Amino acid sequence: MTPDQLSQIEADETASRQRIRHRLNVCLAAGCLSLNSDAIKKSLEAIVAERPLTESCQVKAVGCMGLCSRGPLVSVEPSGTLYQGVKSADSPEIIEHLSAGPVERLEISRQVPFFQRQVNVVLENSGRIDPERIEEYVAAEGYQALVQALTEMTPAEVIDQVSRSGLRGRGGAGYPTGLKWGTVAKAAGAPKYVICNADEGDPGAFMDRSVLESDPQRVLEGMIIAGYAVGASRGYIYVRAEYPLAITRLSTAIRQAKHLGLLGTQICNTEFDFDIDLRLGAGAFVCGEETALIASIEGRRGAPRPRPPYPAQSGLFSSPTLINNVETLANVPTIIRKGGDWYAGLGTAKSKGTKVFALTGKINCTGLIEVPMGMTLREIIFDVGGGVPEGHKFKAVQTGGPSGGCIPEQLLDMPVDYDSLAQAGSIMGSGGMIVMDDSSCMVDVAKYFMEFCMSESCGKCIPCRAGTAQMYDLLANISEGKASLGDLNMLEDLCDMVKHTSLCGLGQSAPNPVVSTLCHFRDEYLSHIEDQRCPAGVCPCSPPEVLS
Amino acid sequence: MATSLGKASPPSDDKRWKIVAGTMRRHGYSRNALIETLHTVQKSFGYLDRESLRFVAHSLRVPLSKAFGVATFYHFFTLKPPGEHACIVCLGTACYIKGAPQLLTEVEKSFGIKPGETTPDGRVSVLTARCVGSCSFAPVALFDGDVAGKLGAPEMAARLRRWDRP
Repeated sequence: MTPDQLSQIEADETASRQRIRHRLNVCLAAGCLSLNSDAIKKSLEAIVAERPLTESCQVKAVGCMGLCSRGPLVSVEPSGTLYQGVKSADSPEIIEHLSAGPVERLEISRQVPFFQRQVNVVLENSGRIDPERIEEYVAAEGYQALVQALTEMTPAEVIDQVSRSGLRGRGGAGYPTGLKWGTVAKAAGAPKYVICNADEGDPGAFMDRSVLESDPQRVLEGMIIAGYAVGASRGYIYVRAEYPLAITRLSTAIRQAKHLGLLGTQICNTEFDFDIDLRLGAGAFVCGEETALIASIEGRRGAPRPRPPYPAQSGLFSSPTLINNVETLANVPTIIRKGGDWYAGLGTAKSKGTKVFALTGKINCTGLIEVPMGMTLREIIFDVGGGVPEGHKFKAVQTGGPSGGCIPEQLLDMPVDYDSLAQAGSIMGSGGMIVMDDSSCMVDVAKYFMEFCMSESCGKCIPCRAGTAQMYDLLANISEGKASLGDLNMLEDLCDMVKHTSLCGLGQSAPNPVVSTLCHFRDEYLSHIEDQRCPAGVCPCSPPEVLS
Repeated sequence: MATSLGKASPPSDDKRWKIVAGTMRRHGYSRNALIETLHTVQKSFGYLDRESLRFVAHSLRVPLSKAFGVATFYHFFTLKPPGEHACIVCLGTACYIKGAPQLLTEVEKSFGIKPGETTPDGRVSVLTARCVGSCSFAPVALFDGDVAGKLGAPEMAARLRRWDRP
């Protein structure tokens, strides 16, 4: 693959697109697919095939358009019309209206905060291109960054651009990506490896899944560039076995990239060779931790080991290894194409760029969003997300999954960046945001996460293995109204002990949901303990409701 | 006893063992391929039994204890034969706060089985998942792989009852 050939693919694709007057994009990402959007696509195709429209109308599958709660979604190009809640029976009407203005009863305006407030970098192609056709990715400026990096830049210059962008790890910890790349590049030893962490284990988070299902080539391109920058020739994508569609689309993407010579030997006629393999996770949350993930790729139980040595020095097969999250790598092609300084222009002083969030729970617009860092939680939940459903009152938003915390109403004006969230007792995490209203009990939520950490603890270190079990028992007693104030003190002591003495991130952050709910919703704990009453009526200690 | 690479003989002449051997061959019978191979076994047979673990461990020259350790460490692997139909209830955070526990209570009430169990006639297994990533439609369950969202207890029971009778 030479730069000229790439331009040729782009030109051919653009030309064939221009021959088509209307394009109907049907979302075939997991969300809409579970609402049978594939049947809608088939019925649209059947009608198009019957009519003499074939030349000027095309039905195609695209990835996630974000507003999953209104699915199945269909968009029309070039008019930009977006339809919500489409059924197969609506197909004839949609096609009849192609030249006659939108079908009003299905149309959803794009002039709403949900779309207007977003800034799309990682999701720029999501919902616009067919994730199973590399040509469409190329036509959307795909692989230009790779060609540019390989033919015009040295590895050091690539790392410099990533450093200048200020990009920080999107898996949750927020380590500066450029610094990590630099460390692996300088590490002695060969071969080196690049691992893409697609083991999205946080319950309530589906950002990586959507990116992999909607724009898999972007992740591959980011990985290949990373491989060039650090001097690796082999990459692995560690993806959850629970994401079959993402696995299928990744396999297709790898095959197509190999076919075009964008993976393999002598990429773009340079000396650079790079290959990518998939490795399936098997349902262990702890494998999101980098040393556990490496153990799992090596075919072993996913138990973490103490660091140092860090994977950058001694990782996969004891070689220097770069591990980045899906979203981190998906930012890379844009950073190289538009420059690190451009990217650094987005976001806040210490948290640059954009962040993808999965908005779920008791919120009107559930789905996937990408916003600049620094937007406040209130703007995200009430403007972009449309607030909590009528009749209920916002109580808390949970970020960062089992490692994060619950943020109450009084802190909603806080800007979303790595440091502010940490100050509020939560973490950025991978990007799950679960909104809770007055029907959720915070003790129950803390118990839920502790049950999660307890059963996901790998069992290697005692503070995590025994501590999470003890904390779970205490929380269960509190929720059942069987605990004393002494138990509450013991819970707090245990939080401190587990946090400071556990081996890996799982144990160190397991107390976060408890600490943050104790800090912001202590009265709920006290009500369970002193009055044997669950204010939200969730826990079993509540007296039966009196019918009026 | 020295065994030459990959020469362990499969537990039976079932053709599915050829697929399993294929995975091991593709990875050069490397020990690192243990998890990949167990995935293939489970995909082909539905679960991992003693025989298959023995065969895979032997072929990859991994101690049986290690193979067993890996098979029991990861939630995705199951050592019990699944029922004819599988219902997986998602217990991700979004599903949890939107009523997934009530779905499980309903299953227990109607069918007398808890998560991880199969009805005595072997027709229906009920399992749980940490998160299937369809949070927008919480609470969610998978019926033989098909995602059903915004589920209520009555609908859940009705879907299961469809499998209950032949």
